[in-house]
Amino acid sequence: MTVHSPRTVEQAVELLDTHPGAMILSGGTDFMVEVNFNHRKPSEVVSTRAIDELRSWTINRAANSIFIGAGVTYSTIETSDIAAIAPALAEASRTVGSPQIRAAGTIGGNLGTCSPAGDTLPVLAALDASIHLASSAGRRQVSFADFMVGPKRTALLPGEMVLGVSLPIVDGWQGYAKVGVRNAMVISIASACLVRRLSDDSLQVALGSVGPTIIRARAAESWWLEQQAPRTSTQMFSEFGARCAAEASPITDHRSTAEYRRHAIKILCSRLAARSTPR
Amino acid sequence: MSENQTYTLTINGLKREVKDSWIGESLLYVLRERLGLPGAKGACEQGECGSCTVMVDGAAVCSCLVLAASAIESDIKTVEGLAPDGSLTDVQQSFIDNGAVQCGFCTPGLIVAIHNLLDSRPAPTDLEVREAISGNICRCTGYGRIFAAVQDVIEQRGATK
Amino acid sequence: MSTVKTRRDVLGTNALRPDGAAKVKGEFSFSSDMWSDGMLWGATLRSPHPYARILRIDTSPALAIDGVRTVLTAEDVPGVLTYGLIDQDQPVFAVDYVRYMGEPVAAVAADHPETCRRALAAIVVEYEVLTPLTDPEMSLDDSVPAIHPNGNVFRHQRIVHGDTSVVGDVVVEGEYEIGMQDQAFLGLEAAMAIPDSDGAGVELHIATQWLHEDQKQIAACLGFPVERVRLVLGGVGGAFGAREDISLQVHSCLLALATRRPIKMQYSREESFFGHVHRHPARVQIRHHAKVDGTIVKIEARMLFDGGAYASTSSAVLINGITHIQGPYRCPSAVVDGFAVRTNNPPCGAMRGFGVVQACYAHESQMDRLAEACGLSHVEIRLRNAMRTGDTLITGQPVESVAPVERCIRETDALPLPPPLPETPNALELPGGTGLTSRRENIRRGIGWGVSIKNIMYSEGFDDYSTARCTLKDGVATLKFATSEVGQGFVTLAPQIARSVLGINDVVVEPMDTSIGSAGSTSASRQTWMSGGAVDGACRLVRERLFEHVGTTNGIDALRLVIDDDEIVDTMGTFRIKVADAAPGIRFEETFEHHHRPTEDLDENGQGNCHVAFAFVAHRAVVDVDVELGLVKVVQVATAQDIGRALNPLSVQGQLEGGIAQGLGLAVMEEVIVQDGRVRNPSFTDYLLPTALDAPEVVYSLIEEPDPQAPLGAKGVGEPPCISVTPAIASAIRQATGRDIRRVPVRPQDICL
Repeated sequence: MTVHSPRTVEQAVELLDTHPGAMILSGGTDFMVEVNFNHRKPSEVVSTRAIDELRSWTINRAANSIFIGAGVTYSTIETSDIAAIAPALAEASRTVGSPQIRAAGTIGGNLGTCSPAGDTLPVLAALDASIHLASSAGRRQVSFADFMVGPKRTALLPGEMVLGVSLPIVDGWQGYAKVGVRNAMVISIASACLVRRLSDDSLQVALGSVGPTIIRARAAESWWLEQQAPRTSTQMFSEFGARCAAEASPITDHRSTAEYRRHAIKILCSRLAARSTPR
Repeated sequence: MSENQTYTLTINGLKREVKDSWIGESLLYVLRERLGLPGAKGACEQGECGSCTVMVDGAAVCSCLVLAASAIESDIKTVEGLAPDGSLTDVQQSFIDNGAVQCGFCTPGLIVAIHNLLDSRPAPTDLEVREAISGNICRCTGYGRIFAAVQDVIEQRGATK
Repeated sequence: MSTVKTRRDVLGTNALRPDGAAKVKGEFSFSSDMWSDGMLWGATLRSPHPYARILRIDTSPALAIDGVRTVLTAEDVPGVLTYGLIDQDQPVFAVDYVRYMGEPVAAVAADHPETCRRALAAIVVEYEVLTPLTDPEMSLDDSVPAIHPNGNVFRHQRIVHGDTSVVGDVVVEGEYEIGMQDQAFLGLEAAMAIPDSDGAGVELHIATQWLHEDQKQIAACLGFPVERVRLVLGGVGGAFGAREDISLQVHSCLLALATRRPIKMQYSREESFFGHVHRHPARVQIRHHAKVDGTIVKIEARMLFDGGAYASTSSAVLINGITHIQGPYRCPSAVVDGFAVRTNNPPCGAMRGFGVVQACYAHESQMDRLAEACGLSHVEIRLRNAMRTGDTLITGQPVESVAPVERCIRETDALPLPPPLPETPNALELPGGTGLTSRRENIRRGIGWGVSIKNIMYSEGFDDYSTARCTLKDGVATLKFATSEVGQGFVTLAPQIARSVLGINDVVVEPMDTSIGSAGSTSASRQTWMSGGAVDGACRLVRERLFEHVGTTNGIDALRLVIDDDEIVDTMGTFRIKVADAAPGIRFEETFEHHHRPTEDLDENGQGNCHVAFAFVAHRAVVDVDVELGLVKVVQVATAQDIGRALNPLSVQGQLEGGIAQGLGLAVMEEVIVQDGRVRNPSFTDYLLPTALDAPEVVYSLIEEPDPQAPLGAKGVGEPPCISVTPAIASAIRQATGRDIRRVPVRPQDICL
């Protein structure tokens, strides 16, 4: 029983094959909570911390996309040139846990855990991100929508690991908002990411913490495009928010009620739509 | 237990051997229970309080969330390693002078987090300080004297430039 | 030639903590930092059910695990099977029934915490799950079966005072709910128990609020004489009431005696939520009768406190609640019914404020209503009714304490309000913070008030006292006391007292343990008064002996001698000598027990002088509310506090600010959520404490009218800082939103849906 520290992706996927059931350790901020709380007993651990490829990011202007390695931390996303390229991702990253969590936790971990409350996930959904995966069988990509199959359930196959995520560089506006009871370090009760493209004034909006998976409010997005330009009225933003809320399927739990969550989505989405409007 | 490990960590500049330890031990546990470094404290085991804050490769992180055996290639600094030989850093002295210590349980984590902040950002605004320590819970002070302590250090360090 | 005087850390100065250097270096030993050669780890098995009959316990699978040394259950308790602060109704290990989720059923000792976890998982307990009693109203129903042989009602007390037939020209009523708050001290429960080699005694290193009370209960459960159970105070990481009751003390001693090895036990945060008592959730129905001008003529109230499964201090919390329901206001007549009841909810007991928090939320919410009904401002209504020294409580007790209620209100009112939000505020200045939920146009600001009265010391005839010993030799004073330092700063204050009384500078504080008499509990805002009084008394006796000696040696009448700074001076002559040089080689030692004046029980109409003294405080809160989302940012809390005398202004400031944070927590974010007897949020992920980004600006004024009763002139400042903050914030939210907020903590949906 040991902690393996492969240096390359190839070494890592070979270890995953040799030790089926091994736990992948990225930043540790979800992994260690499971261990500390006795929910998981680690046996073989494959740590990805020493894999340089995962800790890097690449901006591809020609393809209008950015690839962010699974090992990139939230604080790196916040403070590096990633923030200017993907501002909504930086906004979401800034809300994850605490500064200590952000310094260790990674976007790969957020994907690996795949909680409906995962803070970066609505951004990945709204941007139609591609999740890059690797196994000893090779590398593949799946859309975020295909990657998150349920609450804390992913499309990862046995022996597979997350390499990173690629996002389009959007010409337009993107923003994120998250509701929690406290003003810092709080699990999301409801969140949303909205992208507004300059080219066709379309909206893409994804809702967090209000369903078993991240929800793309596609009906609201379609409705938006059916509206006459200019799409700038308070009435329109408000209607848009209500339609997003209608697509949410929140639950009541110890953190909040379904009614409040739905209401919060309505407000967040209408405000994001208003903010996305060029002045 | 059969799944035990032996490995070496670099802590406060020294190589420290960890023998025969259970694979699931956090860095916090190893520091406190195996290496005689009880400065980092455990108050939640899930990264929600900051009492266990240490620096790993120059970043302030929660040691309760670091799998000790995965940190073998890192430079780890604890509160015990901030000042040489029993002296006090300016941050530590300022905490005492400003009444920023009551029960003291949150104090080592805060001291490390503040050193980490000021290492990279010598003149943070009040809001930047608050955000930087928003992961360190204090139950006794209400943070007022802590802000005052940090402010004093910022001014003193600025004045001595 | 002028002499530069070095500042001496006497009373009234900002003397610094003597343990500060150790704490900032991480060298201060909390009870969780203790190690012992050959120690084993202990852990507790707890009931997953709020109410169940235990059919069978099989510990053998746990004993079979390599590294497990012993497993104990109720059968292994040699002495009394139960403990408790007032009624000893709480089992060391459950016997026949478990009555709350988390009740201890067994304990193990093993070589590693992980082995302990595996051992706990291996113990087989067969339960017959029963339907829990979770509605405290049902506990009052005689037809509901008792969940404990002592019955479902801990206490009922009535107050009938004045002319109860009076009806006001203005009548306002309301029903208020206060949720269950947790003390959430950071320093988790931990102990080191070391068995005596003859197996007939034990030494326990423990973080607690009252060493001697723990000692008494532990000895009874172990079946040992008290002197064979020695307690040493381990470093305490906060208390706030959660360490008054026994948690792991008896378990760790039992494991140590069973294994003949030192036992270290410590709780995780999750276990801690189950391992200590919480603040009583309460329901208060209350009606104020007043004249047209707002003068209160009568209060009618019913208070119901849910004490959970075992008695703890519920009976005393109830009395505090009902005797404070009038607030710091004159009230000639009252009819109050108070109940503290047993349910299968988590046990509740002491938390900072001790029943007065619940009363204060109710009476301050009512004062707002009364103001509105009478066309007065929130400040005017309170000034109109403000209590003064000599006024009577609804228990008939005259308030002999200094009672500067009007001054508290006026001085708070005079403190500057914060500036409005800037045109483009930083996200961190808005509710929602980095969640980017809100912009300036979504925000409404509100201002609210809360004023409170709080009793200091214990009540109802309890002969509370504190003991201290002072030793003086060659200019060094050594102090010995069992006062629990939990962070409040008694270890700073005690040397200040010695320096003031004796004129020396060097003071040594010995470890706190049971080798000296009791200091009473670090609670009820009492230690400055009681243990300060004990230290003061011991130092004065030493001074008297010192003066006798110096007088005799120098042919001066001792009565002419005084301490002036660091010298002994003859007031009627020229003799002057440094205290440090005054009696070389001679050791003076005196022990003093400080008692407060006696108090009375309450009769069946709740009449009696049951409290010792009172402190008063006013709070004004300014909040910004995102009205559509129901998110709150507390911008500023202003307070003027009646403290008697600032013995250490920096420490006082620390208490004021810390108390405000806890009151804020109860107002907007802290609640132990219990459903069908199950705790749903036993972690810091979902039990939210205020962070540095939630802390408001605090502006304050100290009212120093020394209380003639208080040995040092100072009142306690432990609890008053938190009590009226909560209603002030709730009131401010009402003002900002127009919503009738009737419960705390206020949740977003309470504001916007």
